[in-house]
Amino acid sequence: MAGKLLEIHEGKATTRGKMVRAGLFLSVPALGWLGAFLALPCAALAVLAFARRGAYGSVDWAFSFDNFRRFVGFGLFGWSSDNLLILLRSAGFAALTTALCLGIGLPMAFWIADRPKRSRLVLLALVSAPSCINLVIRTYAWMLLLGSQSPPLRLLRALGMVGPDASLYPGALAVQLGMVSCMLPFAVLPLYASTERLNWSLVEAARDLYAGSLRTFRHGILPQILPGLVASLVMTAVPSLGMFVVSDLLGGARVMLIGNLVQQQFGMASDWPFGAMAGLVLVLGSLISLAVLSRWGSRIAGGQA
Amino acid sequence: MGQVAEGSGDLQVEGLTKSFGEQDVLHGISLDIADGQFVTLLGPSGCGKTTFLRILAGFETADKGTARLGTLDLLALPPHRRPVNTVFQNYAIFPHLSVFENVAFGLRSGKSSEDEICRRVGEMLELTKIEDLSARHPQELSGGQRQRVALARALVNEPEVLLLDEPMSALDAHLRHDLQMELRRIQHEAGITFILVTHDQDEAIAVSDRILVMNEGRIEQDGTAETVYERPVSRFVAQFLGRANLISARAEGTLEVATDLGALRVGQLPAWSSGTLAIRPEDIEVRSEAPAVNGVPGVVGERLFRGDHWELSVQAGSQDLRVIVEPDQYHKEGQQVWLEMPVDDLLVLRD
Repeated sequence: MAGKLLEIHEGKATTRGKMVRAGLFLSVPALGWLGAFLALPCAALAVLAFARRGAYGSVDWAFSFDNFRRFVGFGLFGWSSDNLLILLRSAGFAALTTALCLGIGLPMAFWIADRPKRSRLVLLALVSAPSCINLVIRTYAWMLLLGSQSPPLRLLRALGMVGPDASLYPGALAVQLGMVSCMLPFAVLPLYASTERLNWSLVEAARDLYAGSLRTFRHGILPQILPGLVASLVMTAVPSLGMFVVSDLLGGARVMLIGNLVQQQFGMASDWPFGAMAGLVLVLGSLISLAVLSRWGSRIAGGQA
Repeated sequence: MGQVAEGSGDLQVEGLTKSFGEQDVLHGISLDIADGQFVTLLGPSGCGKTTFLRILAGFETADKGTARLGTLDLLALPPHRRPVNTVFQNYAIFPHLSVFENVAFGLRSGKSSEDEICRRVGEMLELTKIEDLSARHPQELSGGQRQRVALARALVNEPEVLLLDEPMSALDAHLRHDLQMELRRIQHEAGITFILVTHDQDEAIAVSDRILVMNEGRIEQDGTAETVYERPVSRFVAQFLGRANLISARAEGTLEVATDLGALRVGQLPAWSSGTLAIRPEDIEVRSEAPAVNGVPGVVGERLFRGDHWELSVQAGSQDLRVIVEPDQYHKEGQQVWLEMPVDDLLVLRD
């Protein structure tokens, strides 16, 4: 086999059939991985989503659309917007998290890439350092920082600038803050990979050809950082859509996201089929946003002047 | 997009100075370049030639000095307002745009109509002979074709001055030779001032009306290609352009100077008491008998046949002189010869 691979590597493969066979062979690990960890669980989820909850949390394998009807709001007591609001809220939090991460991450990636080589490594280590600490512990740290007894709030209270009950935790702002801090490294690192090897002569060329700031960015920078930009969009948007630890801990009971709904159904409520339906919606949402993002990316890449 | 400033006429640079940290890169460069001239800044890497070009383009700022185009103060403008365009060393062609769109880029930054853009880009693609490549993407082009795109993209804007930063350094020797001719033709047809930066002396001699030899942030010599080659004023210029035999000499206020090769007569009075003479290998004549003036006896050493000439190494005194002779002049190794150094070709360097 090794001999065969070598032949292809040196461009000596004689038949198309040989190449195809080698290609198939090489894609086995990737396909196996995707099959075992993506396709199978998704299929299981899809099947489970159309089953029913049986007595005492068991699963009744009778096909029905009940879970779907329930998810879109038709319950025992008429229509309610609860679940759709959860979905909308999740999308909102994810969108805002992504926007903030890119908004902070892009200047940061440019700034780091502009440092001397040694400081760059230190700064990158600092960016990724928080990820070394368990997410739950980090989130508890935010609880302390944002809670009513945190030093900054005490100081403000002592100065009489805020009321006695003022606190950021628990609440939507705390959740948003926690999500951004959690996702930021995933936005910065792919962006940095692009900014670090940016060819600045294209920027100079655009300037030289009379382009203003916006046009210079559009043609001198954007096409070069686009792969990094799409990667960091995906790396931020998709996990934030399914986020549940941060919203659970920092939101109190006030901020319910779709991740929390799934967790609740599989956990406390022991309603696996409905949890699966919510999970299925989450997977579909992620796939749709992935598709939209990558189409948007390729449209810009092949753009016109 | 702001307006590109109007300006025309001669480029006048006055006392341009630049340092990066501790390192002085330009020491007060002053020069005038007439409208429509093809000028080359020639020098080794690190001599400041690229920095000079980048200051004119607006990518670096000068610490001191001015650059005027007619009455326009060039250095006061941001790069995208200067009536100056650049051909970059690595071409810096936009990889996401077609050849046509690359060439149209500067016009689209302005307020040109679609009709005008099409017409002018078309003309420019024709001038640079790449009209067939209009729809191609840069990845599908060869080095020489990219070079033409870069040239067309800059020229289409009809700049007052075109700056070329080592435009041929990425091309192979053969292609470079062809493109030098092309560059000359295009410059004549466009009638624009070209300022080219290169470390390649052949390129400089081939294309330019005028050569500025630069060394360590200063202009060593300024003149036509012929003058700079035939009459180098300094050791640096003599050695950087082509090859020169350098001969140490002592002078005593006469036209006759003392050297290791014996007394030699020179055409101009040296300003030093101890300095250097230079003579080009092709200016030395090989004779079988002692000439009337400036004859030096020598022994032929290594010989290289170069096709259109012989290159000889002749041992004279304590020195090996390089001599170039016609291919039909045959000399054996170890042969005793007389070398004649014509008075007019024996140059007195200033240092």
